[in-house]
Amino acid sequence: MSALQPSELDRPALARGRPAAGADPGTASAALRRAEFGDRLRTLALAAPLLLLLALSFGIPIVLLLSRAVYDPTIADALPRTSVALADWNGQGPPADAAFIALAADLSENQAKGTAYELAKALNARLPGARSQVLKTVRQLEGAGGRPPLEIMKAVPFWSAPGTWPTIANGTRAITSFYLLSALDLRWNADGGIERVPPEQAIFLQVFLRTFFVAAAVTLATLLLGFPLAYLISSVPKGLAAILIVAVLLPFWTSILVRTAAWTVLLQKFGLVNDLLLWLGIASERLDLMYSRIGLIIAMTHIQLPFTLLPIYSVMRTIAPSQMKAAYSLGARPFTAFRRVYLPQVFPGIMAGCLLTFILCLGYYITPALIGGASDQLISNFIANYVNVELNWEMAAALSFILLVFTLALFGIFARILGLDRLKMV
Amino acid sequence: MKIAKTRMLAFAAATALFGIGHAFADELSIMASGGAWQDAQRKAWFEPFSKETGAKILEQEYLGDLGKVKAMVDTGNVPIDLVTVETATVLQGCDAGILERLDYSKIGPRDKFIEGSALDCGVGLDAYGDILAYDPTVLKEAPTSVLDLFDTKKFPGKRAMRKFPAQNLEWALMADGVAPADVYKVLATPEGVDRAFKKLDTIKKDIVWWDAGAQPAQLLASKEVVMTTAWNGRIQNAIDTDKKPFKIVWNNQILEYDMIAIPKGAKNPELAYKYLAYISKPENNAKLASYITYGPVRTDAASFVAADALPKLPNAPDHLAGAYLVADTEFWGDYGEDLVKRFNAWLAQ
Repeated sequence: MSALQPSELDRPALARGRPAAGADPGTASAALRRAEFGDRLRTLALAAPLLLLLALSFGIPIVLLLSRAVYDPTIADALPRTSVALADWNGQGPPADAAFIALAADLSENQAKGTAYELAKALNARLPGARSQVLKTVRQLEGAGGRPPLEIMKAVPFWSAPGTWPTIANGTRAITSFYLLSALDLRWNADGGIERVPPEQAIFLQVFLRTFFVAAAVTLATLLLGFPLAYLISSVPKGLAAILIVAVLLPFWTSILVRTAAWTVLLQKFGLVNDLLLWLGIASERLDLMYSRIGLIIAMTHIQLPFTLLPIYSVMRTIAPSQMKAAYSLGARPFTAFRRVYLPQVFPGIMAGCLLTFILCLGYYITPALIGGASDQLISNFIANYVNVELNWEMAAALSFILLVFTLALFGIFARILGLDRLKMV
Repeated sequence: MKIAKTRMLAFAAATALFGIGHAFADELSIMASGGAWQDAQRKAWFEPFSKETGAKILEQEYLGDLGKVKAMVDTGNVPIDLVTVETATVLQGCDAGILERLDYSKIGPRDKFIEGSALDCGVGLDAYGDILAYDPTVLKEAPTSVLDLFDTKKFPGKRAMRKFPAQNLEWALMADGVAPADVYKVLATPEGVDRAFKKLDTIKKDIVWWDAGAQPAQLLASKEVVMTTAWNGRIQNAIDTDKKPFKIVWNNQILEYDMIAIPKGAKNPELAYKYLAYISKPENNAKLASYITYGPVRTDAASFVAADALPKLPNAPDHLAGAYLVADTEFWGDYGEDLVKRFNAWLAQ
């Protein structure tokens, strides 16, 4: 990529020089614009299959899935009459009897259509305990035997309980902020304002913070290990460098699952690492390395090391050793020479490597699940849980959306401060 | 031209035949959760059923999550006819409309199943116990109840529990003095939930959490923990086949049922029903106990259980003599999602 940049930069410079030499600057620049337009068109045509593939396989599914975070028509579709009956309810106290009758009619219709279970589940997600109440009421309505629906509804205390009707009224709006707010540990209160959920239910902000902390710690660790190693590889003779590179790449080509499983063998209580620490006398008793934050960071650092190291190495390789010698000969001390000559040139590589590792760490799933303890699960583990176990895809979409926004925001800040053109990938 | 037309017709006929043949083929695709349990089902049910009916059984494995099944049903491409699931998952799948509501006239009399083991969308396969297991070579004094989990003075060291609120909250309440019969009544109130979590707080730092059924035996074998909660069959399997010295504590066990269900849109529902009817016959239902120590769910199956298998079953008379609890599926259907969230928040604190 960096090889392309100079020629692209050169072209406008040449172009600027050309009109001065030509007889008619207007025609020349128009011709040039046409030529550039053709160039751009060709570039676009070449990239089109890729862009199309990205849009179809990546863009559209992501948008569709994320739209689930704010669009949940289950309750609205299931309760059309109730929606109408609640239209002019002020939200205070139980609504008029007409709403109860409308709800009874909607419930019976859902039972006839076979969608009562879906409705029960959707209500239960917002109001724990609603599931069995809906199903119980539906069964009673079915076997009513001439009893008026209003009487049946009033006989079930659940339908007159304080929280029930606001939840139903909220649910009849298909566009909802319920899931996005939940993903940030927030909720609507009875007065229509937004409040924090009680501390024993607050979870996601903490998990987001934890995810960023682990990602930052792993990034730092890979940098501390990767920088000297990259320097070593770039400064030894070619044959040795090739061997070292292979040593870095071999584990890189092994699947994450295999490497994670290997770490569980090494880190367990009676595993090799604990044996070694005891034998060396570094630890006096066996440490809890498995199911802990420290074990998680060790394993993730090992997996991420090549992602940080390779961009740094690719930049270091291009820096001529004579530059440092020149700095020494001009009177710089080694540290000054490193700081003012070497580091600024390596910097784009460091940034690219760290950014890559940091963003990849935000999406980690397997390693925290296998090596992390209960309090080391990252946001992806929660998203997976909502997708696979809870079947609450709306909540999963909301969490994914927040993660995506955070990640893009971080990337944006990063690009703003450093400038994307300074990043040098491999 | 004529030849081309004939060929095309023949081709069309062939593909149509192939399609029909495929749809009606006597193939039954069953998704089960692997390990010793699937091996036992193969010997007790898959192979004899194949022999009797000539139907071929295609086995698939998964981890018990319904997400995959939901994706199949949502996209209208359901390559499986039967799926084995936990009871709470049956309710969840029923609510979400991804499991077929069963017609018991094609399976067997519903009142001959143990209470709670014949649900609208799932029929019971076996009864298993959530029990406590330990290694007597490590733990000198033997625990006498699952509730000894909470006694870190008498039994110091790490203990493993399932990373899920179900069972743990019930045990916490029982350890806090709630009678088994009142557990779900107490747990349905906010104060009861607080009380259970407060009890769990007392041992939180001593707990290692497991997710998969095979983990408890591994954790005991690697001496990572001194005791663990587990599904009884997995531990018995480690004792019988891997010759581990583990012991099972039955007192205060929680009884649960494994279930099997038909996903909506399954290609071969008739054969699936035939299979359900086959395994629900009392003499067949009792057969599984010979291959893994999970008990039958038919009330009239006990007399068919092999004599040497009986003493190891969770619902053997001896094991129901002490205190025990039958897991309340309805309760977990209602409060599960909320308690899982609260549990995860508690874990994170």
